[in-house]
Amino acid sequence: MQANFLKVEGLSRVYPSVRGQAPLTVFDNVHFSIDQGEFVCIIGHSGCGKSTILNVLAGLDEPSAGLVFMDGREVSGPSLDRGVVFQGHTLMPWLSVMKNIAFAVKSRWPDWSRIKVSAHCQQFIDLVGLTGSEHKKPSELSGGMKQRVGIARAFAIQPKMLLLDEPFGALDALTRGVIQDELLKICAATAQTVFMITHDVDEAILLSDKIILMTNGPRARIAEIVRNTLPRDRSRSDIHKDPQYYRIRNHLVDFLVSRSRRMADVSAGEYDPRHPPEITLGLVEVVATEAVATIKQPALHLV
Amino acid sequence: MRPSLNLRAALVSLLLLGVLLLGWYVATLPQASKAVNVDPEYAALMGGGAVKKSGMPTPAEVGHTLIDKLAHPFYDHGPNDKGIGIQLAYSLARVLGGFALAALVAIPLGFVVGMSPIMQRALNPYIQLLKPISPLAWMPLALYTIKDSSASAIFVIFICSLWPMLINTAYGVAAVKRDWLNVAKTLEVSPLRKAFQVILPAAAPTILTGMRISMGIAWLVIVAAEMLVGGTGIGYFVWNEWNNLSLTNVIFAILMIGVVGMLLDALFAWMLRLVAYNE
Repeated sequence: MQANFLKVEGLSRVYPSVRGQAPLTVFDNVHFSIDQGEFVCIIGHSGCGKSTILNVLAGLDEPSAGLVFMDGREVSGPSLDRGVVFQGHTLMPWLSVMKNIAFAVKSRWPDWSRIKVSAHCQQFIDLVGLTGSEHKKPSELSGGMKQRVGIARAFAIQPKMLLLDEPFGALDALTRGVIQDELLKICAATAQTVFMITHDVDEAILLSDKIILMTNGPRARIAEIVRNTLPRDRSRSDIHKDPQYYRIRNHLVDFLVSRSRRMADVSAGEYDPRHPPEITLGLVEVVATEAVATIKQPALHLV
Repeated sequence: MRPSLNLRAALVSLLLLGVLLLGWYVATLPQASKAVNVDPEYAALMGGGAVKKSGMPTPAEVGHTLIDKLAHPFYDHGPNDKGIGIQLAYSLARVLGGFALAALVAIPLGFVVGMSPIMQRALNPYIQLLKPISPLAWMPLALYTIKDSSASAIFVIFICSLWPMLINTAYGVAAVKRDWLNVAKTLEVSPLRKAFQVILPAAAPTILTGMRISMGIAWLVIVAAEMLVGGTGIGYFVWNEWNNLSLTNVIFAILMIGVVGMLLDALFAWMLRLVAYNE
């Protein structure tokens, strides 16, 4: 596993001033990195620039400053090396499930034979549990099924990295859980490197190895990076039985509810944007409330 | 069980047809010696008593013509006497010719306009200025430059079919969902493949709607254009029969124009269904 497979350095996004208004800095000097095979979630309130960061990683958007490297190369423009699952389903409604995926597969391997393409597509349709719906149009599918097709499409091109922009945001809780389980399974099987935006704390804990917390925008920055120390073979049914679970969860919820705002106001001080504080409170052998209390100290020397 | 909605609608349609035909029949009845409640002096003055026939043909006369003409649609007895099939074929050939030329220009140009905001702004004034001009206004210029009346009619069809197709193509292309273009981008799809496999199918319903509108207008305009250029075609036929004072033939021709126009529209409606998609 390659460490620092993806590196983000000094990323910022500034909207130029319009009609005399001050220029708007959405986020500023963001640094983080992702190891190969790591599943990273990013959490923050709307407007902190999560989606922009993802779009920059995807190559669909350009930062005002900063660089992104993947596998030692600078990211400039979209690439088949990074599969994207967008917020809404982005299937082409005139194509069947199979053809939607085949469109991506043919883009990746233009000289594959028709038979090879459809066999490859079938493999990923089966993987997301859509066997039997290959020839349905997206309009005939439920929201959850559409999102599965999107996931199958992203996995089918076997990208080096997967970018998920709140892929389950529009789904009901039940469907969401089922697809989360599937995603967990597929990621475990393929050792896929994933960067995912979410608003759902439980989802982040279930899926990720590392959770990036963003302060509120404008001038959003990475407040801290929480390492998810729960053992990796998690399941939705008993993850909450692990004592670490609530420690991490309380910490995240507490962050979203109050600290994300408070920390946005704190002037830089000891904060080093190149090394945002990394927190491994899951393993801290103290009572959960105490753990949170110590972390609330502004110094944050748990690096 | 109640009969289906379609059946009931068909019954009402037939009833309306019956009422219309009856009205027509009554209106064109020979006004024979009904001087009963007319002032006798006035009746005498108007040649009263003589059986007076309306100039308007009766339903029966039109029906006869209909059967006669449709029985031999393709005869050709010189420039002044051709079967209705031949006349309609001339008109259709002109319409299809002008329409095809317009599609060849409007659809690629519409793609350019739809994809490029600069071209959109640059061409918009021209489109806005040229669009409201009656296509027939171009006729003298066309006749002068092309020097061929039949080709001029095709040009007029070209000009009138151009705008709806151009505007709809540009709109359809510009309105393709960002998401789909982003998908194409992240998959590194080549521009040509993007145009044909993403933008074209996404914009196809809008483009075809433009083509349908164009075809409707072209079929309206061809009648007027052929009245002007003369020689052949359904428009010429109508004008010629007016000069012959044969209203029967005129009514017959009007019916035929309606039927062909309806079929053309149905053809486009069918094609539209083929490319339509549900989101």
